[in-house]
Amino acid sequence: MYAQMVKTDAARVKSLDEMEPVERAFQERIDAGQKIEPKEWMPEGYRKTLIRQISQHAHSEIVGQLPEGNWITRAPTLERKAILLAKVQDEAGHGLYLYCAAETLGISRDEMYGQLHSGKAKYSSIFNYPTLSWADIGAVGWLVDGAAIMNQVPLQRCSYGPYARAMVRICKEESFHQRQGFDILTVLCKGSPEQKAMAQDALNRWWWPSLMMFGPSDDASVHSAQSMAWNIKQDSNDELRQKFVDQTVPQAKFLGLTVPDPELKWNDEKGGHDFGEPDWTEFFEVIAGNGPCNRERLEARRKAWDDGAWFRDGLTAHAEKHAARKTPAAAV
Amino acid sequence: MTTEWPLWEVFIRGQHGLNHRHVGSLHAPDAKMAIHNARDVYTRRNEGVSIWVVRSSDVVASAPSDKGPLFDPANSKVYRHPTFFDVPDEVGHM
Ligand SMILES: [Fe+2]
Ligand SMILES: [Fe+2]
Ligand SMILES: [Fe+2]
Repeated sequence: MYAQMVKTDAARVKSLDEMEPVERAFQERIDAGQKIEPKEWMPEGYRKTLIRQISQHAHSEIVGQLPEGNWITRAPTLERKAILLAKVQDEAGHGLYLYCAAETLGISRDEMYGQLHSGKAKYSSIFNYPTLSWADIGAVGWLVDGAAIMNQVPLQRCSYGPYARAMVRICKEESFHQRQGFDILTVLCKGSPEQKAMAQDALNRWWWPSLMMFGPSDDASVHSAQSMAWNIKQDSNDELRQKFVDQTVPQAKFLGLTVPDPELKWNDEKGGHDFGEPDWTEFFEVIAGNGPCNRERLEARRKAWDDGAWFRDGLTAHAEKHAARKTPAAAV
Repeated sequence: MTTEWPLWEVFIRGQHGLNHRHVGSLHAPDAKMAIHNARDVYTRRNEGVSIWVVRSSDVVASAPSDKGPLFDPANSKVYRHPTFFDVPDEVGHM
């Protein structure tokens, strides 16, 4: 997911009876489906976990612009270029909505940027893979945005007000992202044999990393159980992965593409697909910073931040000068 | 140097003549840039016809702990709602 394996600091999930009155009241409000708002009392663990989760989500939206930005200048037509530009601009917007939501929890924007640029904060593993051909832009929209939608839709109902509201805005924009990706692949799959082969190659490379986006099975994880009790996570990683596979396989069929998994087959009994296990060693390598593009992504982010410093400072200086001119000079 | 730009709250009036509504916040060095940024961040799909921005530090809010004392007085005044009164069927629409 855009936020993967978020830690909660919990050793185990407390029952209502073990809680102090104020925490119990908080938990009961969540159980009743109420929203928690910024200045209200919340357990320190809830606040910290949300900061981790929302900032990781925001970082993913921002770093996620890089693999797609790679193709803006090389899009095959002017229309495709305009569409991709709009899509990537949306992702910047998603990052900004989410940073604002995280700031309501008492962390500053610069602090979050600092954590991203130092490598302390994570972003989704998926954005550490390269976009090698135009078909990859199709695959990213179809699979990566498609996988993101799977967990962003339930997050619209999560317990923290500012996060839930940011998710509502994001979800409104995501289906455009997924459709433009699918549309790119539809055109390629109806094209020349070379174009179709490009689409198949993109699916071959993006399929497994997309399944890894949901993270390893978390059925036995305390963190996952705690996050679910707080209603900042609604489905297990395996449930979401299953949903994603079941939704995507027929779409691949429509395109005439083969999902690169020899174990994939329909299971009548469970009413879903059986499928193979992603390579979790690869996943943990990518998370640890050793994926194909980790270094390049972070360098690009740092460079953008550092190169923009003179501009940010210039605007600040301009604003201060104007403010000083407007306020009549105070008696000295 | 490099100081963080101040935070602004953004309010947008949608297409249909409704009140300005809070949509989120953003950082900008001054009010003019805040409006520009708000257009790009919050109205990429024609969501609005007018934007207000207010420095977050200028917003005065009621404290969550005041919720009881502040809003309780309204609870006992059910007669403020029209449904409090029975209108006999013979009277017709009122
Ligand atoms: Fe996004
Ligand atoms: Fe995305
Ligand atoms: Fe997206």
